[in-house]
Amino acid sequence: MSSSSYEPQNKVAKWVEDRLPVLGLLHGTVGAGYQAPRNLNYWWNFGSLAGFMLVVQIVTGIILVMHYTPHVDMAFRSVEHIMRDVNYGHILRYIHANGASMFFIVVYIHILRGMYFGSYKAPREVLWFLGLVIYLLMMATGFMGYVLPWGQMSFWGASVITNLFGAFDFYEGMGDSILQLLWGGYSVDNPTLQRFFSLHYLMPFVIVGVVILHIWALHIPGSNNPLGIDAKGPADKIPFHPYYSAKDAFGLAFFILFFAAFVFFMPNILGHPDNYIEANPMVTPPHIVPEWYYLPFYTILKAIPHKLLGVIAMFASILILFVLPWLDGSKVRSAKFRPMTAFFFWLFLVNGIFLGYLGTKLPSDIVFHVGEMGVDALTLGQIGTVFYFAYFVVIVPLVSRTEKTKPVPTSIAEAVLGSKKKG
Amino acid sequence: MTTDKNTEHDGVTRRNFLNVATGAVAAVGGVSAVWPLIHQMNPSADVLALSSIEVDLTSIPLGQTIKVLFRGKPIFIRHRTPEEIARAKGDDTAALPDPAADDSRVQKPEWLVMVGTCTHLGCVPLDQRGEFGGWFCPCHGSHYDISGRIRKGPAPRNLDVPVYAFVTDTTIKIG
Repeated sequence: MSSSSYEPQNKVAKWVEDRLPVLGLLHGTVGAGYQAPRNLNYWWNFGSLAGFMLVVQIVTGIILVMHYTPHVDMAFRSVEHIMRDVNYGHILRYIHANGASMFFIVVYIHILRGMYFGSYKAPREVLWFLGLVIYLLMMATGFMGYVLPWGQMSFWGASVITNLFGAFDFYEGMGDSILQLLWGGYSVDNPTLQRFFSLHYLMPFVIVGVVILHIWALHIPGSNNPLGIDAKGPADKIPFHPYYSAKDAFGLAFFILFFAAFVFFMPNILGHPDNYIEANPMVTPPHIVPEWYYLPFYTILKAIPHKLLGVIAMFASILILFVLPWLDGSKVRSAKFRPMTAFFFWLFLVNGIFLGYLGTKLPSDIVFHVGEMGVDALTLGQIGTVFYFAYFVVIVPLVSRTEKTKPVPTSIAEAVLGSKKKG
Repeated sequence: MTTDKNTEHDGVTRRNFLNVATGAVAAVGGVSAVWPLIHQMNPSADVLALSSIEVDLTSIPLGQTIKVLFRGKPIFIRHRTPEEIARAKGDDTAALPDPAADDSRVQKPEWLVMVGTCTHLGCVPLDQRGEFGGWFCPCHGSHYDISGRIRKGPAPRNLDVPVYAFVTDTTIKIG
């Protein structure tokens, strides 16, 4: 975030810059003043896409609040009012609802890109932490947002997730005290809806704050790159603007097409039909499923047939990402030069998708048959859960310390220009 | 560091004492100021005031369960048959994760009154399903018997029995 290279082009800009160097800050952050590695590929688009989605969610969210009523008697009806009566209301709501999924898609790709290319490794550990904090805040925000329409899935999702905290029942009545504090009553009810609404509105702005820290931390060492080696001289770098601002804009155009396909042609495909039934505390839907972006963790919860341990495993499955920079002991960052690491990374990814698939199943559902014997979702979920944790506590520590890596180029310029000559 | 020989005792100065005392007062003040911000989240007076309901049992046929809403949660009231009572008592000696005799869970054996939310994560279990002829929670697969005791699955406890009393022979007051 250095602004030293910034020269204001006109008198007004100079007058402002002398008093508050905010133009120089932007110039150094997302302008020509930020020197980024010259070899960033399209996987590096997803950070700016995540930033775009955050803005979309905040803008559409603020608009939806102009028409929504956070009260158990009116919330469901006010959402229908948005869908039927408010000008463009259905599109705005579909953008916001699908926008949550889009936000998670780009953030998951962003996180996985960081895992593959070793972006979490020194000296970017704090950058990685801040990203994980954003992810955790997103999970909380997305969950509370899903409760607001006050449909059956809203209500029962809220019941199940808040009840997780009742697992911390270390002395008589402790679990109930925690739950009553969370609910503001004896069950999920109006006080719960109202506090979720308050926090759902607040958290995106907290995320904005952490995003600013995330970008700040990014600009200390600068961006990682597909080779995972440090960008050294000027030959290794190009200015963010116009090169990456243009590349980001190009990627954004494709992403918006993808997003629009959901909003306009299949707006409910990622949702659950039961959420168009108003919340009813007397009847649990036959099958409670969280939103897709929580499914792998939901499977981990279900895999362990013990309430407290299941909850601990679920939280641990995310928190373990915080120690990844130390679990990985390799001197080489990018999996491009670590074939074993790359292999297990893809296995980890497939396992994650598999856990997500199992999250939609009942524990007793038979997923496939081996001869006469059916294999149920619970067993498979347990296998997937074991692999998930083994990846972090066994595979990554061992492979990263024992693997013979491929030769790493000495500079980005040499790798990029050298391969061009050969081609 | 300069020390005041009039006030120093074993390296502890008057200033140390003042620092600790000021810090302690500030900490107490800080906690007192934060407490209302936290306690406002607990159930409010009007929620606490909704403390009891009365239910007339005469309309519940033998072998049927009704659900009534109490504090935002369903309460199951089952009119148990003699066969069910015998089965519940017979299972007193079975392997129970949360051991409780059927007698301790009812005031009159024919009336089983329970909070109808699974002790795992709060779903409403389905009536007369599952492997033990009692209740079955579809969310994560907990099985309860005809006394509402957990028999199989992730739930840690038996279905809770609320505080209730027989006002007359056929009316109960819950809460």
